[in-house]
Amino acid sequence: MRSIISVLLENEPGALARVVGLFAQRAYNIESLTVSPTNDLTLSRMTITTEVDCKATLEQMMKQLHKLVDVLRVSELTEGAHVERELLLIKVRTSNNEDREEVKRTCDIYRGQIVDITQHLYTIQLTGAGVKLDAFIDTINNASEIVEVVRSGVCGIARGEKALRG
Amino acid sequence: MEMLSGAEMVVRSLQDEGIEHIFGYPGGSVLDIYDAIFQSDKIQHYLVRHEQAAVHMADAYSRATGKVGCVLVTAGPGATNCITGIVTAYMDSIPLVVLSGQVPTNWIGDDAFQEADMIGISRPVVKHSFSCRTAEDIPIAIKKAFYIASTGRPGPVVIDLPKDVQSPLNKFPYEYPESVELRSYKPTLSGHKGQIKRALAALLGAKKPVFYVGGGSIIANASKQVLELAEKLNLPVTNTLMGLGAFPGEHKQFIGMLGMHGTYEANNSMHNADLIFSAGARFDDRVTNNVDKFCPNAKIMQIDIDPTSISKNIHADLPIVGSIEVVLQQMLDLLEETKATNDSESINAWWDQINEWRAKDCLAYQTSETHIKPQQVIQCLYKVTKGDAIVTSDVGQHQMVAAQYYPFKEPRQWINSGGAGTMGFGLPAAMGCKIAFPDRPVVCVTGDGSIQMNIQELSTCMQYNIPVVILLLNNRSLGMVKQWQKMFYGGRQSHSYMDSVPDFVKLSEAYNHIGIKVDTIDQLEPALERAFELKDRVVFVDVAIDPEEHVYPMQVKFGSMQDMYLSQTERTDA
Repeated sequence: MRSIISVLLENEPGALARVVGLFAQRAYNIESLTVSPTNDLTLSRMTITTEVDCKATLEQMMKQLHKLVDVLRVSELTEGAHVERELLLIKVRTSNNEDREEVKRTCDIYRGQIVDITQHLYTIQLTGAGVKLDAFIDTINNASEIVEVVRSGVCGIARGEKALRG
Repeated sequence: MEMLSGAEMVVRSLQDEGIEHIFGYPGGSVLDIYDAIFQSDKIQHYLVRHEQAAVHMADAYSRATGKVGCVLVTAGPGATNCITGIVTAYMDSIPLVVLSGQVPTNWIGDDAFQEADMIGISRPVVKHSFSCRTAEDIPIAIKKAFYIASTGRPGPVVIDLPKDVQSPLNKFPYEYPESVELRSYKPTLSGHKGQIKRALAALLGAKKPVFYVGGGSIIANASKQVLELAEKLNLPVTNTLMGLGAFPGEHKQFIGMLGMHGTYEANNSMHNADLIFSAGARFDDRVTNNVDKFCPNAKIMQIDIDPTSISKNIHADLPIVGSIEVVLQQMLDLLEETKATNDSESINAWWDQINEWRAKDCLAYQTSETHIKPQQVIQCLYKVTKGDAIVTSDVGQHQMVAAQYYPFKEPRQWINSGGAGTMGFGLPAAMGCKIAFPDRPVVCVTGDGSIQMNIQELSTCMQYNIPVVILLLNNRSLGMVKQWQKMFYGGRQSHSYMDSVPDFVKLSEAYNHIGIKVDTIDQLEPALERAFELKDRVVFVDVAIDPEEHVYPMQVKFGSMQDMYLSQTERTDA
């Protein structure tokens, strides 16, 4: 099952390495990982998406994360109502006007933005859940040649009152 | 405010932390710290012959005293030589602070001479680590390191100290913090009240309980509570390899060690129990055997200070996170308050059953006209030391035989590498214990494979006159490997022979120690008597034992707890 884990940890050198090391050491799988300082610059917020075989593995994973001295809070987002977003930057090459129009139309449908343009290249920015980005990439591939793809990995937050605070 | 250099801050911080003994090896990156140590009269430093031994010495010093062990080594190979020692401490939850030198900060990352990324290399096997980038970081890093190492589930902490940070040229105001608080690290000590109530109710209601006591009980200094609760409720008690001594080995309620080489009665009691009450044990694979067949009828109740130990291998029906000492005391207080008791009739019936298993006398063995049996050696050791020695061991058959045949009276008397299974641990461990307790007899029970993994420390013993007794169960082979090869590999003894075992008596004499060779059973007791009478000398007793002897009982692979080989010819599930 797919899980999204939010981690609040000390913004210290080596803290990220400890988390990544833990996943490697205990043979846990990381699908994506994002990390950045929060409004409190002494803390970092991390979102990890992972695939686990059962609930017990997920529990053990969360306990192991919490055991790291640098980690303040750990919570699982997929259990409750939550918002998850991922940023996609994609550069595509088009050869004719028809394709360029198709790219523009597809962008509009997906509510993407064209953020850079040259004679033959479009760079498009799109946010959404991973499945939406997947679908967009598939569609855009029909009208253009994909040059490169950058995805940020998932950022997640719980809906409503629930919050992960220091 | 007092002005000190980084190097002086290291030494002063250790002094202010109350450190009296430190184990280490100097080198380029820690010369300034060694210079500061030279000028300190409060810290006694022991120069080892290999850094791994320094860590084992500090580790065993900690196991024997409960204090934090402390190590100082140089950068690069000095630091990496510590890794096996750090793993050993990590696996058995032993509090250590390892200070390692590092190349100057402006060289880090340049592959400088003796540069190794110690923080990175040690990361998976430490509880935490610090890298000091300025001298002013040092006192707070040391304070935090000792706090983290010794609280919660203890473990090793590494502090990386670049050379420029130690420089005697720059002085900074020094103040050692009195206390420290970390917002992201707050171990739970007392148990959840509702869980305590439920746990006590479950314990009182159990008809076939087993009190499964592990090394965590020793670390938490909970032996008093273990004994009191066990006696009040007449519970059968089994200890893990790491838990030996947490409950008196000769107590009538002690049913022996459990697990792979556990007793027939302990393993049968576990398998047939209706309640397993675990205190500071982690359901390790050397205990459970096949987890799918583990204790089929038992409810599992588990106390541990580390939440990750709970339900890791075996699901706990009733988990309690907290210090073993505090939680057991909470249970005792509640027991006292409610005046509740368990059903003595069913407990007596359970004891009748256990005593039947006991009557099997699974530790009985055949003596021989021609060979000394390893069991005889340990029993003789017990007799000569009156059960009062601190016994350290290496890893292998001798370790299991010592665990089985030397009933430990008290906690911190049995010092061995349980989790990591580190050969070479025994001798430096004995030295660390002897330094902590110079007036107590300390013996290292070892094998001819293990002793040669850190034998260079005989030289350290000579330098500081650390008079330990080394008791070598010499079977001229890697006994446990050989046992497995005989049992499971068609007898093909691939590389488990030591074709050229040295003359250990001569070797000991080369280091100005006393060596005694024992070839026949009648020589054994006089040799051991003499070894312990020579209180100010290292005595190396080399006992030629039966090379064909196996360790029994032994659990049958993939079986349940109660499936065991009892001898070369008897198997319970056959």
